[in-house]
Amino acid sequence: MEMTKELLAILLTAILTQNFVLSKFLGICPFLGVSKKLNTAVGMSAAVIFVMALATAATYPINLLLVQNDLAYLQTIVFILVIAALVQLVEIILKKYMPALYGALGIYLPLITTNCAVLGVVILNVDNGYGFAQSMFNSVGAGLGFMLAMVMFAGVRERLESCDVPKFMRGLPITLVAASLVSVSFLGFTGIVETIFG
Amino acid sequence: MSEKKSIFGEFSKGILAENPVLRLVLGTCPTLATTTSVSSAVGMGAAASVVLVCSNIAISALRKVIPEKVRIPAYIVIIASFVTIVQMLVKAFLPELDESLGVYLPLIVVNCIILGRAEAFAGKNPVLASAADGLGMGVGFTAALFAMGAVREILGAGSFLGMSIPFLAENPMLIFILPPGGFFVFGMLMAVVNRLAEKRGKPRAELRGCEACPMAATCTLEAHEKGKNKSEKQCASEEGTN
Repeated sequence: MEMTKELLAILLTAILTQNFVLSKFLGICPFLGVSKKLNTAVGMSAAVIFVMALATAATYPINLLLVQNDLAYLQTIVFILVIAALVQLVEIILKKYMPALYGALGIYLPLITTNCAVLGVVILNVDNGYGFAQSMFNSVGAGLGFMLAMVMFAGVRERLESCDVPKFMRGLPITLVAASLVSVSFLGFTGIVETIFG
Repeated sequence: MSEKKSIFGEFSKGILAENPVLRLVLGTCPTLATTTSVSSAVGMGAAASVVLVCSNIAISALRKVIPEKVRIPAYIVIIASFVTIVQMLVKAFLPELDESLGVYLPLIVVNCIILGRAEAFAGKNPVLASAADGLGMGVGFTAALFAMGAVREILGAGSFLGMSIPFLAENPMLIFILPPGGFFVFGMLMAVVNRLAEKRGKPRAELRGCEACPMAATCTLEAHEKGKNKSEKQCASEEGTN
C-alpha cells in the first residue's frame, strides 16, 4: 500500500506539478515545433512515452553495472549512446515486425534520439536515487506530462492561428507568450500531490 | 591578411547576425531553464562554450578520419566526452554552479547548437576556423543567456548577481523566476530582436526548417508530411532534435 501510494505520487508529480515541458523546460523544441497540429502532437508524444519507458528500462541495469565498477562518471556518454542505439534498434524492429505501430510512431523516432527530455528523465532517475519501479513510473509520468502539455498547447495554437496578433509579436514571440500562459495554469497544481497523498 | 579577416568573421557572426538563440532559435531548453539568475545563466553559457569550442576543434581535426555514414554517432561521442570533462571540472571547482545547473549540465550533450555546429561547420572546415566559429557561437549563446538572466533576476528576485537592488528587492515579481516568466521573457526578447532585425531589413527569426537541422539527413518527417498533404511544407525535424 505504502509502495503504491509512493509510485502514484511520483507519477502525478511528473505529470502535473513537475511537468517536464512546462516546469522543467525539457523537450521545448518539439513542444514549440511539433504542436501545430493535434495529430502530430499526439503521435510525437506517444513515441516519446514509448522511448522514455524503454530507455529507462535499458539504462537502469547498465547504471547499476557502472556504479558497481566505479565508472559512474561515464553515465552521460553511456546513456546517450544507449538511447541512440536503442532508438535505432526499435526503429528496425518495429519496421520489420510491427508495421502498423511503425506507421504511427516510426517517423518521430529519429527525432527523439537527441531529445533532451529522454536523456533528462534517465539522468533525473539516477540523481534522485530511484529504484526500478520508481524510475519506470517517473518516466511514464514524464512522458504523459509531455503529452498533456503538447495536446493542450496544440489546442491553444489552433485558436492562435485565427487571432489578430500585433505585427511585432507574430510568430514565435506570441507562441512563447501563449506557452507562458499555459505554464501559469500548471502552477495551479502546486501542492496538489502532497494534499492527495499526505 | 585576408585569412585572418575571415577567421574574425567566423567568430563575429555567432554573436549578432547568427546568434544561436535569438536568430537561429536553437538551444531553447537551457535558455529557458538556467536563466533564473545571472550567475547560473553565465555559468551555463560558459560551460556550453567550452564544450562547443573543444568539440568543434576535435571534430574539425578528425573530419577526414570519421566516415560519412557514422558521423552523427561519432560527433555525439566526442561531444559527450567533453561534456563529461566539463561536468567533472565544475563539480570539483564550482560546486555551487553544479547545484544550480543540476541536470542541465549533462544535458549540454543534446544541446542542438553544439551538434548543429559540428554538422554545419566543424565537419567541413579547418581547425582554426572551426575554433573561431565555436567561440563566436559560444559568446553569442552566453550573451543571450545573460540578457535573459539579467531581466529575470532583476524583476523576479530584485537583485543582480546576488546584489539586491533597492525598491525592487522589497517588491520582487516572483513570477519572472518561475517557469512562466521564462517563456514570457524569451517571447518578449524575441519580439524585440525581430523588430530590430526587421528594421535592418533582415528576416524575422522563426523556428527554422530543415537546413539548420543536424538530423536533416535522417529526417523522414518531411517526406511523410509531403506524401500526406502535398500543399503543405512542414518539417519538424529541427525542432525535435534539441
